[in-house]
Amino acid sequence: MISLTDIATQAPVASWWLDSPVSSDWPCHNFWAHWAVFSAGIIIGVLLVVMAFIWFERRFIAPMQLRIGPNRCGPFGLLQPVADAIKVLMKEDIVPAVADKTVHFLAPILIFVPVLLMFAVIPFQNGVGLIPDLNVGLLFIVAVGSIETVAVFMAGYGSNNKYALVGAMRSVAMMVSYEMPMALAAIAVIIVSGTLSMQGIVMEQSVPFALLLPMSFIFYFTCALAELQRTPFDLLEAESEIIAGYHIEYSGMKFAMFYLGEYAGAIIQSAIIVTLFLSGWKGPILPPFVWFLIKLFAVFGMIVWFRATWPRVRIDQLMEFAWKYMLPLSLINLLIVAIETILWDPVQWWLVPVNIVITAVLLTGWAGMFKLRGGSEVGA
Amino acid sequence: MVMKTELVTLNMGPHHPSTHGVFRMRVTLDGEVVVEMEPMFGYLHRGLEKLAEGRTYTQIIPFTDRLDYVSSMAGNLAYCVAVEKLAQVEVPERAEYIRVIICELQRMVNHLIAVGFFINDLGALQTPLQYMWREREKVVDLFEMQSGQRFLYNYMRIGGVSHDLAPEFIPALKKFLDDFIGYYEEFEDLLKGNEIIQSRTIGTGVISAEQAIDYAMSGPCLRATGVNWDLRRDDSYSIYDRFDFDVIVGENGDNWDRYRVRMGEIMQSHRIIRQALEQLEELSPGSVNAELPQLLRPPVGEAYAAIEAPKGEMGFYLVSDGSIAPYRWHCRAPDFVNLCALRDMVVGGKIADLIVTFGSIDICLASVDR
Repeated sequence: MISLTDIATQAPVASWWLDSPVSSDWPCHNFWAHWAVFSAGIIIGVLLVVMAFIWFERRFIAPMQLRIGPNRCGPFGLLQPVADAIKVLMKEDIVPAVADKTVHFLAPILIFVPVLLMFAVIPFQNGVGLIPDLNVGLLFIVAVGSIETVAVFMAGYGSNNKYALVGAMRSVAMMVSYEMPMALAAIAVIIVSGTLSMQGIVMEQSVPFALLLPMSFIFYFTCALAELQRTPFDLLEAESEIIAGYHIEYSGMKFAMFYLGEYAGAIIQSAIIVTLFLSGWKGPILPPFVWFLIKLFAVFGMIVWFRATWPRVRIDQLMEFAWKYMLPLSLINLLIVAIETILWDPVQWWLVPVNIVITAVLLTGWAGMFKLRGGSEVGA
Repeated sequence: MVMKTELVTLNMGPHHPSTHGVFRMRVTLDGEVVVEMEPMFGYLHRGLEKLAEGRTYTQIIPFTDRLDYVSSMAGNLAYCVAVEKLAQVEVPERAEYIRVIICELQRMVNHLIAVGFFINDLGALQTPLQYMWREREKVVDLFEMQSGQRFLYNYMRIGGVSHDLAPEFIPALKKFLDDFIGYYEEFEDLLKGNEIIQSRTIGTGVISAEQAIDYAMSGPCLRATGVNWDLRRDDSYSIYDRFDFDVIVGENGDNWDRYRVRMGEIMQSHRIIRQALEQLEELSPGSVNAELPQLLRPPVGEAYAAIEAPKGEMGFYLVSDGSIAPYRWHCRAPDFVNLCALRDMVVGGKIADLIVTFGSIDICLASVDR
């Protein structure tokens, strides 16, 4: 039995600013202190970064759209997300009379929890994280990440609204399409690095995997956009079509939970991309944690840039794209990576240009054969 | 296992972000597929046609601003042309040139906004639209120089226009025209080659030339189907026979063609304005308004005159009983007629195509419902 005083005395051991990796002595006597510090740290950190992301997105997208963006609330509008949060907290919580009350209530909670869970296995710095060295880390992420769809469907179904139902149905149709190439892209990383642990994957990256496995990187990024319901795959909440999709009937704090979940999802997907493909916290001169944050914002900046530029695909086009374009190419990519790994086991630097050329040829060649043109088929 | 499926009836609008006003569609859906679509009009009906019967001919001009408020000048012109035909009024040449310049500017603006909202409906939220608003803002500034208004201009008069060109208008217009070419290329770079825009628009919302003629469609929607028909050339109202311009024609009558026809027409308008400016500068200054009595009493009779408004054939049918107010005032709104074909374009397509096709018709609810 561990008393509070034990936690208090042992908490410094778990402090993440120390250089010595904390996870190496886990699970040991200071497990609970470690757990408490990192759980609290992750929840607070995620909330802070969500606000930073919201501010960043609005300020970053504004000049692209010939606007200024929020600039009234605090310096550079930095306090705008805080003001929005306060506003949304004070709003009336409206539950439709015909809604399935339980499902309607549970969905916003359920959408936020898996996102938070995924942060458990992310290394924010060398060995620093809740369980960064979990030996099934990537599998855990793929598994937990799929729960989100259940929450989206609950929200859409529980609201008893037709727009919400259309959005919910789209979410399920989308998930079966993009999860497969997403997992296959991640498997290529596992083959090269030889480990499922996120910590181990970062340690293995002498060359960032984005360069060594460009096709996996592109596919994972594309699928992450679908997972995040971001342009061009923002079909779930397509504003011009189904208004807000699955969360059309939510207001107040419940809506805020969806919003929070969405941006926390953006953080976690950016963090996964950084960890899997952009060599995690590694980088010269600056402290590792700063590098991690820089890369996090860079990836999210790309996502925002897409949002500013591209229109939305149609649901059947997304599925066609996933099944006929990304899935076969992911399998080919997997084959190539496997052969390369067998022949040249410690990763060779000259594989980088070779793989980039292979990727360019395959992507453009397959795109030439694959056209999405034409109307949708009647009664399909 | 056979799954039992059910059709869903969905009321889209009148409160919906992309119904461009208060249009309502009762859509029957089989999953994502549109099985039936029933348009419902009238939420913005203001009874303008009846109201006009109690106004003098000049007092009606502000009503025409409020028909298609995205291109008010075209509404002004269509009405004035109709009254001039009814009362046989000669318009001074200088006024004709001003009218052409203003109306072609209005066409550029209308098409920019139409394409911007169309791309917005495609899901590229805001960015292209904001670029196009920027250009519209410049034209609105030009119109403000002329009419003092930024939105509902009330600029045309029966037998001319209300004011001669402001001294700063022509330099500002020339600067706008010079800058516009670069911005136009920017729009084309951003949108034309985009694979998603192409895959979303090519082959969706198709209407054949025969159907389009049967529905009496007009404007870019008709020309996108391949029918080479433009009132500026084929009816030659005003002084359009003095300018050299092409009529842009599509092929398949799908969303892509409607978008391309509009983008093409923007540049043709640009050409017409350039020519009109050249010819206007050779013209000696003179009156911009015909000499008319303060209260116009057209002879007993009726007249229909139509112009090629940005959205299509905008016509006015007037019956005069010799008094100061029209006995009957009817407006042929192009977007209302074009909108009637919506059902045939969308049934069988996906719900996402429904929104895009609806956006591609380019309607203004104020003119549809009147």
